[in-house]
Amino acid sequence: MMKSIIKNLIAMVAAWTLLAGGAFAAQGGGDVAVRELANGLRVIVKTDRRAPVVVSMVWYRIGSVDEQSGVTGVAHVLEHMMFKGTRTVPAGEFSRLIAAAGGRDNAFTSRDYTGYFQTLHKSALPLSFRLEADRMVNLVLSEEEVAKELKVVMEERRWRTDDRPHAVVFERLMGTALVAHPYRNPIIGWMSDLENLTIDDIRAFYDKWYAPNNATVVVVGDVAPADVFALAEQYFGAIPRKVLPARKPQTEPEQLGPKRLTVKVPAELPFVMMAYRVPRLQKPAEDWEPYALEMLQSVLSGNAAARLPQTLVKTDRIASSAGASYDGVNRGPAFFYLSGAPVAGRTAAEVEQGLRREVQRIVDSGVTDDELNRVKSQVVAAKVYERDSMFFQARQIGGIESVGLSHRDLDLFIEKMKQVTADQVREVARKYLVDDRVTVAYLDPQPLDNAPARIAPPAGVRHGS
Amino acid sequence: MAAKPRLFSVAIAALALLSMAQSALAILPIEHWQTAAGAKVYFVANRSLPMIDVSVEFPAGYGYDDVEKSGVAAMTNSLLRLGADGLTEDDIARRLADVGAVLGGRFDADGAGLSLRTLSALPQRRQALDVLVRILSAPAFPAAVLDREKVRQIGALKEADLKPDTQVARTFYRLVYGRHPYALRSSGEVATVDTLTRNDLIAFYRRHYVAERAVVAIMGDLTRAEAEAVAEQLTQDLPRANGAAPVLPRVEPLEQAITRMVAHPAAQSHILIGAPGISRTDPDYFSLYVGNHILGGGGFVSRITDEVRQKRGLAYSAYSYFSPLQRPGPFIIGMQTRRDQATNALAVVRETLREFVANGPTPQELLAAKQNIIGGFPMRIDSNRKIHGYLGFIGFYGLPITYLEDFVANVERVTVADIKAAFARRIDPDRLVTVVVGADRDQTLSAIPAR
Repeated sequence: MMKSIIKNLIAMVAAWTLLAGGAFAAQGGGDVAVRELANGLRVIVKTDRRAPVVVSMVWYRIGSVDEQSGVTGVAHVLEHMMFKGTRTVPAGEFSRLIAAAGGRDNAFTSRDYTGYFQTLHKSALPLSFRLEADRMVNLVLSEEEVAKELKVVMEERRWRTDDRPHAVVFERLMGTALVAHPYRNPIIGWMSDLENLTIDDIRAFYDKWYAPNNATVVVVGDVAPADVFALAEQYFGAIPRKVLPARKPQTEPEQLGPKRLTVKVPAELPFVMMAYRVPRLQKPAEDWEPYALEMLQSVLSGNAAARLPQTLVKTDRIASSAGASYDGVNRGPAFFYLSGAPVAGRTAAEVEQGLRREVQRIVDSGVTDDELNRVKSQVVAAKVYERDSMFFQARQIGGIESVGLSHRDLDLFIEKMKQVTADQVREVARKYLVDDRVTVAYLDPQPLDNAPARIAPPAGVRHGS
Repeated sequence: MAAKPRLFSVAIAALALLSMAQSALAILPIEHWQTAAGAKVYFVANRSLPMIDVSVEFPAGYGYDDVEKSGVAAMTNSLLRLGADGLTEDDIARRLADVGAVLGGRFDADGAGLSLRTLSALPQRRQALDVLVRILSAPAFPAAVLDREKVRQIGALKEADLKPDTQVARTFYRLVYGRHPYALRSSGEVATVDTLTRNDLIAFYRRHYVAERAVVAIMGDLTRAEAEAVAEQLTQDLPRANGAAPVLPRVEPLEQAITRMVAHPAAQSHILIGAPGISRTDPDYFSLYVGNHILGGGGFVSRITDEVRQKRGLAYSAYSYFSPLQRPGPFIIGMQTRRDQATNALAVVRETLREFVANGPTPQELLAAKQNIIGGFPMRIDSNRKIHGYLGFIGFYGLPITYLEDFVANVERVTVADIKAAFARRIDPDRLVTVVVGADRDQTLSAIPAR
């Protein structure tokens, strides 16, 4: 349960969708074919013939991590503006054309990438490519549309973050855990930056980063790779490549000791979330620590009988929920999260102690073969289940490619996970889940009555250049 | 007229998609039978992936709760997996995880049940199904676990109670459904959950989790003979019905418009507008479904999204839908907007609805909606999970086994006049419940305020 809360928060980090309510599709299990066009556009095709359907995605290797101070949120605002018209396709027409073809479309922005997708009957793939190629180069930004869409994005921020206590905790936790790296900023942007974002900020971001040599097209479905490559050449082939700006590493300095923060917002129950700085996956064939951290996460909360729910929720009855999570596939710093909410009458401090106790138990005594084998069985089965969703497969391929790894690594992950030993799990817990690497956030619940009515920004604040 | 070639094109599209739909169904024919114990079974074989999805559902949702024991249906359902037939909750979780099986479930106003996704290889499948059989047929409802879950549930309810989205939904359902159990909170109230006993759960289980009213849906890598054996195994030891099936009460129409403002310090006002809508078997279903697609169900291209978001930037999410249930489920329009814009947004939505009910969609809008729904049909059945969902849904509501085959034709048949007439019959813009949470003070208005 807590796992799902953390996963939701991580997913929130991972993806801000354009429209509430996502799409979901199906099915898989074929070879993957890759071609790079002369302009640098990578095209990846996975054939899946169970249904006459295709999932078409364009991924740009550009996300909130690439934003400068003062314009946080611009990657996500641009994602919204990509539906607001080009020289030949007026505002709103993109979605109308996709809908008329029976399709669904949406988009998502993460810290590391921005993705656009359509699910369609396979015969409509040319439409998808035509529209995506068009908005890769021909976006038109108007003051009027920007002003309206900024209002929409501010509503999205209020809805996703400002009125959700756990989301506020997570946002402030990231802002505290990191001091230099841009992962400290929320994907959706700080409200003040949204209020002051200009059409020029958005245009500059588009002009700099939206280019074929900064994009990957991923197609999964009932298609032949050769046909998709030919279509890609036809629609995207003439788009010129750009000289992309150098990306600064913005390396996060070493953490010099534990950090703590308290977030006071209206809520009923306290909540604690701990973020430990840990390694991310960089060399999938050589690394072992990220896989061990992934196994550690699963041993702690990968199933209903895993250690955190078993001990904190069921046996000790301190927490109403407790879980662990690891986000190791990123361009920037990775964290291992522990979190939990106390039951009535217990405190966040007791939950924090409980979480630490469970980690210490693993450091002291390790994990059992039963636990490891159980987690490995789950990993292997999940690999089969994910083939039931074309959308999921396309998203996995695009996501891994967009953080600089290869879709081929997806199979390697399974093999590497199967090789993780109990000693390795214990070792990463001992090495990384230590006090000097942690940031601890408490939600200190405030009664609704005492909360001041938040002052909304004046209506119609917008900028014109 | 411009409409002529367009209608022609939709007819072509419909034909093409009909053949597509049929080919999909030819690959996935639904098989239907009854088990010896009287359960209805719906099965589609699909050997392309080594996995199966199985579910068993009962008319045992919170619609069968009563006010004093509100929450017993939900608690019964959630305790099934927390101890059964000599297995502790940890035994159950471990046995499933050991074979990579995933236990899920359904719980809503009408139905409750469990679902299982497992690899189809015999050792995995056998172990996973064994657990499912035991938790369905011999749940223990351990008293100590119940005590713990009551504490957690009460905490969760209190936590949720502070949230504007919870408050708006609770108030809305109370005002729309009055004394009907659809007005009840799905997981109960703090006071009622506190009173639940093990005997309450056992009684609810014996009365509602009975073989004769079970619907078994099976999708995936099994032969018909194997699926039959699975269905027998899942239902043979279920309780047997004792007397007639419990019946949900009638839903009464709203007597008058009610607008309730609820004070809350949230940055956004959460708004729900609606009334009792239609049942699953309502003859107006397709007219209302297609009509609502145009009104507020079709995403970016629907009227409500266009008026509220695209034209005015008032909300991130603004939508409408019918939620058909055994008895008339709600028609709902929803959105969230910055609190000082709530009045303005409400006026826009009400005017949009009023205009739509008065004049219906344009032929162009209907055409576009049909193109989207019919053209999107292949995506409704492109995964095991989706097909499995349809099996349970067809079985549970007693829909024709040809529901999916007929779907495209049923959509294609809808006319502008049908939509206009159906909305006029079902939705009275002057008799709706409106709830706004995130107001400055509590206030109840029984008539629609002047726009």
